[in-house]
Amino acid sequence: MGQFILRRLGVMLLTALCLTFVVFYLTNLYPNLEKLAKTQANNRMTDEQVATWLGNRGYTQNVFVKYGEWIGVVSSKVTVTEAGDTFTRCSRPTIPAEEASRFCGVLQGDFGFSSVFKDEVSSIVWQRLGLTGYLMLWVMIVMVPGALLVGVLAGMREGSKLDRSLSTFSIITTATPEYVSGVIFIAVFSSSAVGLRWFKGTATSAMESPNFENFFLPVITIALYGLGYIARMTRASMTEVMTAQYIRTARLKGVSFGNIVLKHALRNALIAPFTVIMLQFPWLLNGVVIVETIFNYKGFGWTLVEAAGNNDIELLLGVSVVSVFVVLLTQLISDIGYVYLNPRIRVS
Amino acid sequence: MEPLTWTGIFAPLNYALMAAVVIFAIGFVLQLFRPLYAPADTDITINPDGTASARFTFADIPSEAMKYSVYAVVIVALIFIAGGIFLNHQAGILGAMAHQFTPVWIALLVTYALSIKFKRNLGLYGKLFDSPIGMIGFGLVMFWVFTALFTGVFGMIATHEPLEQLVRMKNEGPGAPVEGVDDPSAYYSHYLLGGDNLARDVFTRMVEGSVIVILIAPFATIFAFMVGITLGLPAGYYGGRLDTLLSFAANLILAFPVILLFYLLVTPEIRETGIPTYMGMVLFLFPIIFFAILIHSKYRTRPEVNTPLLIGVVGTLSIIYISTINQSGTPIDFLNFIDLFDVAGGILTVFVSVVFVNSPTVFRIVRGLALDIKTRDYVAAAQTRGEGPFYIMLWEILPNARGPLIVDFCLRIGYTTILLGTLGFFGLGLPPESPDWGATINEGRKLLSVYPHPAIVPAVALLSLVLGLNLLADGLREQSLKD
Repeated sequence: MGQFILRRLGVMLLTALCLTFVVFYLTNLYPNLEKLAKTQANNRMTDEQVATWLGNRGYTQNVFVKYGEWIGVVSSKVTVTEAGDTFTRCSRPTIPAEEASRFCGVLQGDFGFSSVFKDEVSSIVWQRLGLTGYLMLWVMIVMVPGALLVGVLAGMREGSKLDRSLSTFSIITTATPEYVSGVIFIAVFSSSAVGLRWFKGTATSAMESPNFENFFLPVITIALYGLGYIARMTRASMTEVMTAQYIRTARLKGVSFGNIVLKHALRNALIAPFTVIMLQFPWLLNGVVIVETIFNYKGFGWTLVEAAGNNDIELLLGVSVVSVFVVLLTQLISDIGYVYLNPRIRVS
Repeated sequence: MEPLTWTGIFAPLNYALMAAVVIFAIGFVLQLFRPLYAPADTDITINPDGTASARFTFADIPSEAMKYSVYAVVIVALIFIAGGIFLNHQAGILGAMAHQFTPVWIALLVTYALSIKFKRNLGLYGKLFDSPIGMIGFGLVMFWVFTALFTGVFGMIATHEPLEQLVRMKNEGPGAPVEGVDDPSAYYSHYLLGGDNLARDVFTRMVEGSVIVILIAPFATIFAFMVGITLGLPAGYYGGRLDTLLSFAANLILAFPVILLFYLLVTPEIRETGIPTYMGMVLFLFPIIFFAILIHSKYRTRPEVNTPLLIGVVGTLSIIYISTINQSGTPIDFLNFIDLFDVAGGILTVFVSVVFVNSPTVFRIVRGLALDIKTRDYVAAAQTRGEGPFYIMLWEILPNARGPLIVDFCLRIGYTTILLGTLGFFGLGLPPESPDWGATINEGRKLLSVYPHPAIVPAVALLSLVLGLNLLADGLREQSLKD
């Protein structure tokens, strides 16, 4: 088991390196850098001025060297211009280039400086992650028990009317992406056109004081899309378990149906959904981005859109690192958890 | 002119509709609590001839009522459609829309009549018509396919031009008559589903949007399947290093949050560098490779069939390939004499990124199926016969994996539709004035709390198409499991 986890960690690290390099390469392409220079300095710079501006700040180096600097294994290039100005990527508005340290990369815990928010990337990302984490917590609280309940109820009597109606419900929710359900919910529950006005159409105020009125719609929007999928997986797993021999034995022995479902079937039926729930995280990340944009909840997903839309290279890199790690970590947990939950699987 | 009401002269039927819905809801609730008042299995009697018969009791009333209320809803809907086809505006907004969709109804009717008549000779497709779920799903999907066909090719269904702005119609509600134009007879008389915040017709844009979706989503899915199959079969069949490498690459792409990938690939700056076009060059090669191997592995012992077939198929595909990737104004701009057509830059980028996101998942599915099927006896028999590995993969394993692949294909078109909507929603790829559903939803949500209709209409359209595809996949799965 230890060796299995170690090997998985190794692969994970390699994946993370590859992915961050791809993001680094794509964000550091010349047209992006040119746009950065023009938004940071002067929109009407000539091509030579852009090249000098970028050269001074070390942007024109080889991409591998730049990646090394960003990781923190290569010392940052210090440029002294003819006019006597010193530039290094480690400098900050508060730290002049002369005093900045020579290594400032991810390994040193330094994710860079956001050019849009004018703040440390790490502090922005942590703060936003907190907000999104709270949203995700509530999504999980609504989604997981809901999905398991729907799936178990549908799967315990295959083909019954309850099964048919719950399965239709899950198909409908999986066919409704967040931007569709979000728009419909806002139109129905918070627009003046329909006039129900039960909830608020934005979740901006939920960042300070989340309550039922401003937080329910974003949570339910994300939860519904994932709910149908997990419910269908649970249903499939439950129907399979309910046709197993030992369930029939229990039935013949005279165990009541409720006891069969709760004591005999449920535990075995929940192994498969566990993996599915863990693997839902990458998709939830998608949902978070969409929902935070619709409801204007300034969390992690909103930051991603802002960073990408405004060409904030360092912030986008920081956001990608975090999201890639979230995805890889959940994959690892799902693998390990699967082995623990299912004694029939042995890792050799 | 008066604004149209929703149902026009059929307004009395609304009460019938409402009554049916209320009865259905009550019946549903009663049905849920049925175990409380009617223990199951008690009123079934076993007849001497071995059959069982159930006696009708009061406990059955809710389910019977539900059945008849569903029939009532269907009949009312049919009256709305049929009435609309003949009465047009007199039957309100729904009637006028039904009238616009007349060619679609006829095409659907013909498709269903022919399919049901010949369903015993049509294999899996025919079996679809044995499952109500599958039929509903197929109907929804074909509705949009025919809509896209009649709009895109024959220019029929749309009432206005998708970019036409009639200033007085800004944010008007559904059914508003066209006002403020010099020559009213030059325009269709109403904005059937209202106007958006740029005073364009919402109905027309929804219908035109279906053309984009129906054009891109199935094709992108086919390409993703070509890539996934071409790489997944060898990975599963050979295993070893090749498998490790390809699986690692697939997991790499899968670990990327989709939206981040879109933001990295589809922005104008990246398009300037030509990276999406280069990716397209690689991805679009796979169909050619796939068909070349498919033909060659089957006919390699019969050169008199093999050579002309290979030249014909690969030649045609290559010309299409070169025409597709060749774009004036992008880094790939050569061989202009074979460049038959130009794909609008935005569409190509969107297409490439959607294929790129979808193919690793297809790869994983195909690899898993190949791993499973390669242990079967018929594969061993083919190996003993001395067939080549690619013959076994493409002509033994692939046909036997078709069931799950067809089901996944339907689901994946739906997922691709959702992805396209996501791209449009973030304003990536296609030009902002494009009528595709995602972009229209994004445009409409700015004034959502005051004028919901410009966003709701494309949202419901997208929902119905994806729902149809999911139901279709469900029906197909059910029927293919019966084999």
